[in-house]
Amino acid sequence: MQRALNRALDDALAADDRTLVFGQDVGPLGGVFRVTDGLNAKYGDERVFDTPLAESGIMGMAVGLAMAGWRPVPEIQFDGFSYPAIDQLVNQVGRMHYRSRGTLPMPITLRLPSFGGIRAPEHHGESLEALFAHVPGLKVVSPSNPAEAYALLRQAIDDPDPVVFMEPKSRYWHKAGFDEAMAAERLPVGTSRIVRPGRHVTLIAWGAMVARCLQAAELGAEDGVEIEVVDLRWLKPIDAAGVAESVSRTRRAVVVHEAPLTAGLGAEVSALLMEHCFSDLRAPVGRVTGYDVPYPSPVLEDEYLPSIDRILEAVQRTLEYRRG
Amino acid sequence: MAMTTPERMNHPDDVDGENVDADLLSSLYETMVAVRHLDLDAVAMQRQGIIPGYAPMRGQEAAQVGSAAALERTVDFAFPTYRELGVAIALGVDPVSYLASHQGAWHGGLWNPAETHLAPLNAVVGGAVTHAVGWAMGARLDHSDGVAIAYFGDGASSQGDVHEAMNFAGIYELPVVFFCQNNGWAISVPTESQVAGGSVAARAEGYGLVGNRVDGNDVIAVHRATEAAILRARSGGGATVIEAMTYRAGPHSTSDDPGRYRTLAEEQDWLTRDPLTVAEARLRALGYVDAYFEGVEVQARERAAEVRDGVAALGGRPGEEMFDFVFAEPTASLLEQRRAWQEASRG
Repeated sequence: MQRALNRALDDALAADDRTLVFGQDVGPLGGVFRVTDGLNAKYGDERVFDTPLAESGIMGMAVGLAMAGWRPVPEIQFDGFSYPAIDQLVNQVGRMHYRSRGTLPMPITLRLPSFGGIRAPEHHGESLEALFAHVPGLKVVSPSNPAEAYALLRQAIDDPDPVVFMEPKSRYWHKAGFDEAMAAERLPVGTSRIVRPGRHVTLIAWGAMVARCLQAAELGAEDGVEIEVVDLRWLKPIDAAGVAESVSRTRRAVVVHEAPLTAGLGAEVSALLMEHCFSDLRAPVGRVTGYDVPYPSPVLEDEYLPSIDRILEAVQRTLEYRRG
Repeated sequence: MAMTTPERMNHPDDVDGENVDADLLSSLYETMVAVRHLDLDAVAMQRQGIIPGYAPMRGQEAAQVGSAAALERTVDFAFPTYRELGVAIALGVDPVSYLASHQGAWHGGLWNPAETHLAPLNAVVGGAVTHAVGWAMGARLDHSDGVAIAYFGDGASSQGDVHEAMNFAGIYELPVVFFCQNNGWAISVPTESQVAGGSVAARAEGYGLVGNRVDGNDVIAVHRATEAAILRARSGGGATVIEAMTYRAGPHSTSDDPGRYRTLAEEQDWLTRDPLTVAEARLRALGYVDAYFEGVEVQARERAAEVRDGVAALGGRPGEEMFDFVFAEPTASLLEQRRAWQEASRG
C-alpha cells in the first residue's frame, strides 16, 4: 500500500504544480514509512520538504499556504502526534472556509499514518477517526487496500475541502495486487463498497479492520454463514444510504473498529442504521471494538484489537438474537 | 521598569518633528481619530444593546494604524486576532463589515478576506500567527513581493503556536512581520507575569530573527519600524519581531472590569501618552492649527454616525447560511439537516 500512496502523491504532484508535500522527515528520507520516497529528489525542495518537528506549526502553515492559493498535503508522522495539531485542525482548518464565508477554501489533505497493529510504542497506534469526524468542516477517509489507497488519496487531494486521510499503517506492506483499473476508478466522496457479498449479516469496517472482517467472512462461510463485508471508506461523510441498503438485505449488522467503544464511530453507524432501516433489523446492531483504555503496549495489542474470534462471536450473537 | 507604566522612549525627531513627513503624519492621525470614534461608538452600541459584545482597542490606535499603513494592500496580507479595528480601517476594510462580527452576524466578519488581504477575525490568539508563516511561504513560492504580518498580543506570545511560527520563519527565512501589540494586559494578567526573558522582542534573536521594541503609542515610530521590517522581508532579509509597547486603555472586552486587577492611577498615567495626544502635539509643532483638528474631529464623528447606522441596520442572516459555508458543496447529511431546519423554522 505504501507504494500505491507514493504513486498517488507522485501523480498528484505532477498533475497540479500548486500541490505541496511537507512534514517531518518526508524529504530526503522519504518518510519513516517511505510513502514520500523519491519525491523530494524528483520535485525539489520547494514542492516536497521537511518541516521542523512542530505539528501545530505544520497544520497552521498548511492553512496559510491554502490561503495563498496552494494545495497543501501535510503529513503528521504518527496518529498520536496529531494531538498537538488538533487545535489547528478544529479551530482553523475546519472553520476557515466557514469563517470566511467560502472566500478562503482549504484544500488541505492531512496524511496521517493511523491505527495499531504494528507493535509500536505509545502514541503510535491511535484511532482518532471519531474525533476528526465530529469536527465540522473536516472530511475523513481511510483506505483498506492498495488500489483504493491510490484512488482515495487522489480524490482527497483533488477535493476542495480539508480531508484527514487515515493510512492504516499495519497495511503499508500489504502487497495485494495493485489493480490498475481499480486505481483509475473514481471513488466519490461519501461512497462505501461491498467488498464481499453475503446474505446473512453485514460487517461494516474500515482501514485495517476490513481485511480482518474478510478473514472472518471466510471462516463464516465454512459454517455456511454468508457474511457481507462493507468497507465504509469515507468516515465523514458516511454513506448512510449505501450501508443501509446492505443491512436492509441482510437484516443484521455488526460494526468493527479499532478505536475504543464509547462514542466511537460504531455508535454513529449504529444510529444511522436505526434511522434508515429500523424496521428491517432483526437484531440490535452489534459492535466489536477496542476497549475504553489507552492503546496498550505491544504484548497486549492482540488482546485489544478486534480478533476474528470476537468478530465471529458477535456475528453469532446477532444471528441468534431473539426478541425477549 | 515595570511594563505597566508608560515607557518614554527617546526619538530624535520627538522634540521638534523636524524629520517627520507632515503629510504622512496627518494622514495617520486622521485615520487614528476615525478609529477612535468608531471604537468609542462600538462600546456605546454595546451598552445600548445594538451589539452583544466588543473588544475595545482605545489606546492602541498608533500601534495598529501605524503598522497597517505600512503595508502594500494589494500584495501583503494581514492576520488579525479580535482587537484589530485600527488595522482593518487602515487597510480600507468596510467598518460595518468589520463590526458585523461583534454585532453577531458572522464570527469572522462580513468582509472578503481574499479581496481585502485581511484574514477573518480569529478568537484563537496565537493560531493565526502560523497562518502568516504559511502565507509567506506561499508568497515566496510564487515569487511575489508579498509580506505577511501577524498581529498578536503579549498574552498570545505565551502560546506554542507563536514560538512554532517564529521558528518556522527563521528556518525558512520567510517574509513575515510578527507584530506584537504589548498592551500590558492579557485580560487580567500583566505582562510581567506573562512574558519571560525580558520582552517579546528579545525572543527574536533565539529564532535568528530581528527583534525591535518600539514605542507603540508613537504612530511614526511604529510606522517606521514596520516599514523597515517589511522592506527587509521583501528584499529577502527574513522575518522581524516588532514589539509595540502600548496600553489597552479600556477593558479587555465589554464584559470585563479592569478595576479588579489594575489601578485608576495606572490608567491615568498612560493617558498622558495617549497616541492621539502624542500625534497632535507633533502636528501642532509642524504648524497644524485648531481648525485642522476640528475638521478631522467632525469628519470622524460623521463617519462614525454612518457606520453606527450601518451596524444597526445589519439585522440577522438568513438561516440557510448556517449550512452553506461548511464545505465547498454541502454533504447529503448537511442538506438533510438544512431541510430539517427549514421544516422546524416554518412550524
